[in-house]
Amino acid sequence: MSVVTQRRPASPAGGRTVPARPRRALPAGRLGRIVALVLLAVVVLFPVYYTVVGSVMGPGDIASAPPSLIPHSLTFANYRGVFHAIPLGRQYLNSTLVAVTITVAQVVCAVLSAYAFVFLAMPLRRAFFALFMLTLMVPWEAIIIPNFLFMAEHQLRNTYLALMLPFLAGGFGTFLLRQSFRSFPIELRDAATLDGAGHARFLLQILLPLSRPALASVAIFVFLSAWNQFFWPLLVTDSPKMQTLQIGLSSLNDAEQANPGLILAGVSMALIPTALLVALGQRFLIRGLTAGAVR
Amino acid sequence: MATTASTRPGVGRERVLSLVLLLPSLAVFVLFLFWPLVRTFQLSTTGQDLFGRANRSVGLANFKAVLHDPEFGQVLGVTAGYVLLTVLPSILLALLVALLLQNPLRGLRVLRSAFAMPFAYSVAAASVVFAALFNPAIGIANYLVTSLGFAPVNWLTQPGTALISIAITTIWMTLGYNMLVLLAGIGGVDDQLYEAARLDGAGTWRIAWSITIPMITPTLFFLVVVDTIQALQSFGQIHLLTRGGPTGHTTTLVYWIYHTAFANGASDYGTGSAQAIVLLAVVIAVTAIQFGVLERKVFYR
Repeated sequence: MSVVTQRRPASPAGGRTVPARPRRALPAGRLGRIVALVLLAVVVLFPVYYTVVGSVMGPGDIASAPPSLIPHSLTFANYRGVFHAIPLGRQYLNSTLVAVTITVAQVVCAVLSAYAFVFLAMPLRRAFFALFMLTLMVPWEAIIIPNFLFMAEHQLRNTYLALMLPFLAGGFGTFLLRQSFRSFPIELRDAATLDGAGHARFLLQILLPLSRPALASVAIFVFLSAWNQFFWPLLVTDSPKMQTLQIGLSSLNDAEQANPGLILAGVSMALIPTALLVALGQRFLIRGLTAGAVR
Repeated sequence: MATTASTRPGVGRERVLSLVLLLPSLAVFVLFLFWPLVRTFQLSTTGQDLFGRANRSVGLANFKAVLHDPEFGQVLGVTAGYVLLTVLPSILLALLVALLLQNPLRGLRVLRSAFAMPFAYSVAAASVVFAALFNPAIGIANYLVTSLGFAPVNWLTQPGTALISIAITTIWMTLGYNMLVLLAGIGGVDDQLYEAARLDGAGTWRIAWSITIPMITPTLFFLVVVDTIQALQSFGQIHLLTRGGPTGHTTTLVYWIYHTAFANGASDYGTGSAQAIVLLAVVIAVTAIQFGVLERKVFYR
């Protein structure tokens, strides 16, 4: 990608692609840019620093006035303590189970429907596609009451089903995969058909392996939003053992106000999967983020 | 088109197959989206009997109650204020970062990932961290304020600062997302435009103002729409930081729905559904206005 081509030229003038190109950025301007970036980074990253460093500070450090920003001693007591304050292990499992199931289900549903939209003759195609896009426009909060009542009426509160069912399919994945499938070279498809490949073989052996970046975008996106959900799990679970990690953080916040180190240890652990995805999956994330912006 | 397609062999089977493939998604959408949407309208016209069962039609009485509720004006004001305090500041800040980060300087590329980090925070994680930062006794916010010689502030419990504190939390949370989208937009600008501008002797800021920003107006427009809709749907940061208080000063439309239908054992689903329809109408109206007004100022390639 352009990432590679941009990183290579390292002439002092900071040429973009061709080092010989005259460049306006004067040393003073460059210095200003670095200073501005570093200042902004300090402000923006402070909460991240505070999360991690605060989680290993003892109560004498973090709850002191004035608060110390550098730990005088390292302690992992907060990480032990947080397991006693909330059923963190169980909640980690709940969050993982729910988010992974939702991700797998949404990717499968999106692959099937996007395939149908792009490669199959379909009656009322435009109407069905409009219906899928409509799902992206209805704010979930506006229909949360009947969904909550559905779960209550079917005795599904405090179950995994309640946490997962409404999100097993979504319009976003279909939208993104449809765009990706449409750019699939039709010659490859025709060649596969001539070779006698049916829909299943074409989909599984040719189309999906070649669509891995788009699939990764959908999966990362769906996982992040499933892992980070708050309003819905708050409504349908009240037993701590069935709550997700996010609701666990909320209970920690309510119960341990005087003990921020404990809360920050919980936050640090909840951040592990999402921080990894943001750091390592950025390329795929950007593709998903901008799917709607490029029309 | 339909006639030529149906002459192809196996098209009938293909049509059946296509619908079968849509079925899993459609089942979820009907059960948890379209039917609830219909039911929200139904519920909004029902009242509850003495036992709290929603079983009596009251026509538009719930809507009248919502519109005449003395809280309604405040709720709309808070919602609008929250959108204004979060959407533009976050986009402008992200734009500044993105402009500074384009053509990354050597060794500073890692900053791009660093600035994206807030995106990893869930609403609960970010709110809980900011709750600690805004803590009046041991938080960093008051440490800064007092070291500048001012009196400590009760950030989350004073009417004047509560909404601003929530807005700061939200700005921080959305910064990573906005910056990533803007960087992708900036990366799509044709290099030849920059080259031409440099040959004309334009400086860095002149290029940003006259080329980069006009060329990424579609991206900026996209962010304004998406962020506004997001802001209208915010719940977690309000619930975790202020519970809508003090005295409704941070109760937005969504939090109002929660308050009416769920909070503290409340179960007024009829009124809550009427409020939900107001939310739906506001989201649709704002989106339509943005498309109507902003789209005309957007430069499309």
